[in-house]
Amino acid sequence: MLLDPKIPPGPIEKKWEDYKFHMKLVNPANKRKYKIIVVGTGLAGSSASASLAELGYNVHTFTWQDSPRRAHSIAAQGGINAAKNYTNDGDSVQRLFYDTVKGGDFRAREANVYRLAQVSVNIIDQCVAAGVPFARDYGGLLENRSFGGTQVSRTFYARGQTGQQLLLSAYQSMMRQVGLGNVKLHTRREMLDVVVIDGKARGIIVRNLITGQMERHEADAVIMATGGYGRVFYLSTNAMGCNVTATWRAHKRGAYFANPCYTQIHPTCIPVTGSHQSKLTLMSESLRNDGRVWVPKKAGDKRAPETIPENERYYFLEERYPSFGNLVPRDVASRNAKDVCDKGMGVGGSGLAVYLDFADAIKRVGEPKIKEKYGNLFDMYFRITDENPYKTPMRIYPAVHYTMGGLWVDYNLQSSIPGLHVLGEANFSDHGANRLGASALMQGLADGYFIIPHTIGNYLAGANLPKVTPDHAAFKDAEATQRDMVNKLLAVKGKRPAIEFHRELGKIMWDKCGMARTEKSLKEALVEIPKLRERFWKDVNVLGGAGDLNQNLEEAGRIADFLEFGELLVYDALNREESCGGHFREEHATPDGEAQRDDENFCYVAAWEWKGTGKLPELHKEMLTFENVHLTQRSYK
Amino acid sequence: MNFTLRVWRQRNAADPGAFQEYQAKDILADMSFLEMLDEVNIDLVHKNQEPIAFESDCREGICGTCCQMIDGEAHGPETGTTVCQLFMRSFKDGETIVIEPWRARAFPIMKDLIVDRTAFDDIIAAGGFVTANVGGAQDGNNILIPKPDADTAMDAAQCIGCGACVAACPNASAMLFVAAKVSHLAHLPQGRPEKARRALAMVSKMDGLGFGNCRNHYECEAACPKEISVAHIAKMNREYGSAALLSDQDPSS
Ligand SMILES: Cc1cc2nc3c(=O)[nH]c(=O)nc-3n(C[C@H](O)[C@H](O)[C@H](O)COP(=O)(O)OP(=O)(O)OC[C@H]3O[C@@H](n4cnc5c(N)ncnc54)[C@H](O)[C@@H]3O)c2cc1C
Ligand code: FES
Repeated sequence: MLLDPKIPPGPIEKKWEDYKFHMKLVNPANKRKYKIIVVGTGLAGSSASASLAELGYNVHTFTWQDSPRRAHSIAAQGGINAAKNYTNDGDSVQRLFYDTVKGGDFRAREANVYRLAQVSVNIIDQCVAAGVPFARDYGGLLENRSFGGTQVSRTFYARGQTGQQLLLSAYQSMMRQVGLGNVKLHTRREMLDVVVIDGKARGIIVRNLITGQMERHEADAVIMATGGYGRVFYLSTNAMGCNVTATWRAHKRGAYFANPCYTQIHPTCIPVTGSHQSKLTLMSESLRNDGRVWVPKKAGDKRAPETIPENERYYFLEERYPSFGNLVPRDVASRNAKDVCDKGMGVGGSGLAVYLDFADAIKRVGEPKIKEKYGNLFDMYFRITDENPYKTPMRIYPAVHYTMGGLWVDYNLQSSIPGLHVLGEANFSDHGANRLGASALMQGLADGYFIIPHTIGNYLAGANLPKVTPDHAAFKDAEATQRDMVNKLLAVKGKRPAIEFHRELGKIMWDKCGMARTEKSLKEALVEIPKLRERFWKDVNVLGGAGDLNQNLEEAGRIADFLEFGELLVYDALNREESCGGHFREEHATPDGEAQRDDENFCYVAAWEWKGTGKLPELHKEMLTFENVHLTQRSYK
Repeated sequence: MNFTLRVWRQRNAADPGAFQEYQAKDILADMSFLEMLDEVNIDLVHKNQEPIAFESDCREGICGTCCQMIDGEAHGPETGTTVCQLFMRSFKDGETIVIEPWRARAFPIMKDLIVDRTAFDDIIAAGGFVTANVGGAQDGNNILIPKPDADTAMDAAQCIGCGACVAACPNASAMLFVAAKVSHLAHLPQGRPEKARRALAMVSKMDGLGFGNCRNHYECEAACPKEISVAHIAKMNREYGSAALLSDQDPSS
């Protein structure tokens, strides 16, 4: 079946304005009567909760964490893009739109990306008004820096803690509404199911993580902003609690999952050191503004980096991509790092690392300036590795970082279940097959502050929503399903902790469906994952009970979902017989090793419908058309 | 490396709790403190014993979730860091390490090392924001902000809300947490219109939630993983003092 993205008519520059004018509105006095559930308090969820409450809706917001401020958005380091053109270097809405479509390797929906570029400028204004302490120059104006995949400086930042400052400001705006009684906050609640009545999302089932009680919450519409699924790879730069549970459970109730195989491997992370590692640490892409990436020309050269003379160094990004140099997009930088390591030029104990060198930048601008820009990142690097990056180059390697895939949504950010809206990293919409740096924060706040407040009104005003109560049969059923799942996990009483299965799954995913994928490796993974899942359900040991705070149970439930979801991801990767962005099929490469798209056959969004465990999912296509940016082979040379 | 751990175990809020001893074996110097605990927990599950409950999320020192008293020090022996960014190379092989939860009246213990820090959210809800509804913002460059002001605001805004300041304070005061937010917003023109109201509302909320008084011990600054300066407390006292003087509101209401 072909999916309808509901893109409004008209020229791309006018679609959003015109559409807003034609939308149905909810009368201010009636807004209070509508109850909206928001799951997630990252940038997307907090900003949506705040802005919907400001409009007058009755908002209920949920997070599994102890406080909304802990959401994973807090960890974003580098910055947020906006087409302000404050630096006078030729930026515009059109250019941000173009860069994002091209960066995404022509697999994103043009109309969404254009709207994102348009509202980007409002985001910065809103954040400044709410007290975000963005970096300023001596004249008091906002500062910018550059990120990969662009040739302009459009990234706003707050030292190396941009995500923290943006999240705290959205959180504070939401907490203001909590204080005013317009948002009811439910912390330490894990959403386990969506309740669908008469074909519409009308509520959720959550587990109260303190008491273990299942709770039913009804609403007129549900918004999910539950983040990405990068931890299906076990090791990633994501926080420990990031999970696919909310989106996966919604998928099982009818929401299509789009492009799960589009995963982003970030080029600059601290390399893996051992099997005990629980996560990997990102060194922000902003470092590529001043750091130069290189390896020794001679394979197996073990000399200390400072002692290797200039002419024996291979600055592979600068040499291979002279016009973008160290600032090529992430997928390109990662693949090239892997390539030089595969050729034996990698450095460090494992040979799986390349240098990111600041010596030239320190010579040029001095150590204090570098400290001011990246001090906290350098400190973090030093703490983790015990090496001083002011004196010796950092060692870095690619790691799983972001997931472009997510629940399918139309132009209104509504999923294939009417009334269920999906925002932020949890949806698939704007980044195509590769996200450009500093664009996730932009998308999260665009969705929450500027898009959903309009589109949800249009939905509510036009939908027929008879009152439902929590004792509706659909709520009872959903609750029973979730109670059974919990009991089933506790009843296995096997021998092994859940985390060991997670580590095994991660290894399969990374080895067979990581930076490079082949038909053979993917087919192997499709055999191994179901076997691992079977072993999990025979041998996992979940200690403690259902009726209290039980972290083992929470973790096991999330891993059980990853064990199902991982299979869909691989299946999608196998289906997509082309290379694009972060999805690299070795069979489909240009002679010089770049991703080879197949626009003839794969210029579509793959949205998968759940058909039951052990059954093949059904593919629905949304055809992509490019009317404004012409389909070309991406080049950063 | 090998360690003996003395860990606080407490089933729930009502349970009196007690220390229990565990052995952490074959630990690498490059492991983080929490990865060391992960290994202990994996071992416990293999022995069919319930693992130690502790919280963490980002493991990068930014989300503020992790919180442990290690040998009596909030976030352990290193300065300017959280437990998730504490590495085992900071300890001596064979050492005994005592691990406890934050202890403060306003942060009740929920289980083992997990405490309830909702009180911090309540303080923010009382006034830790700028009233700036979405939609009406002017261009971000219209108001110039001198770089030193933006920098000082950022220094204060770095607070991760972990609660180490409260845990380290002999009176379990939340003064540094509150001061960091008051000072962050008072240093920016956008936060100034409601600075008096903000300081009054946040301080009175803090008092009402069971936090102790600040008696200038400054243990908070020493424990803060973001090294937020007590100078912000002085700034807050000025804001609060002038607000209380100017306001006809009773600050305790
Ligand atoms: C280390 C790092 C650095 C980054 N740096 C940048 C950067 O510089 N610029 C940039 O643009 N992007 C960056 N990103 C990406 C960006 O941070 C994320 O994509 C973005 O913050 C996601 O926001 P979100 O609101 O969609 O989700 P999140 O912030 O992940 O929030 C998810 C929320 O959902 C809740 N939740 C999840 N599941 C459930 C459930 N079942 N029940 C209840 N609640 C649930 C969580 O508690 C949380 O509140 C970075 C990412 C990482 C990992
Ligand atoms: S786990 Fe986030 S600060 Fe320690």
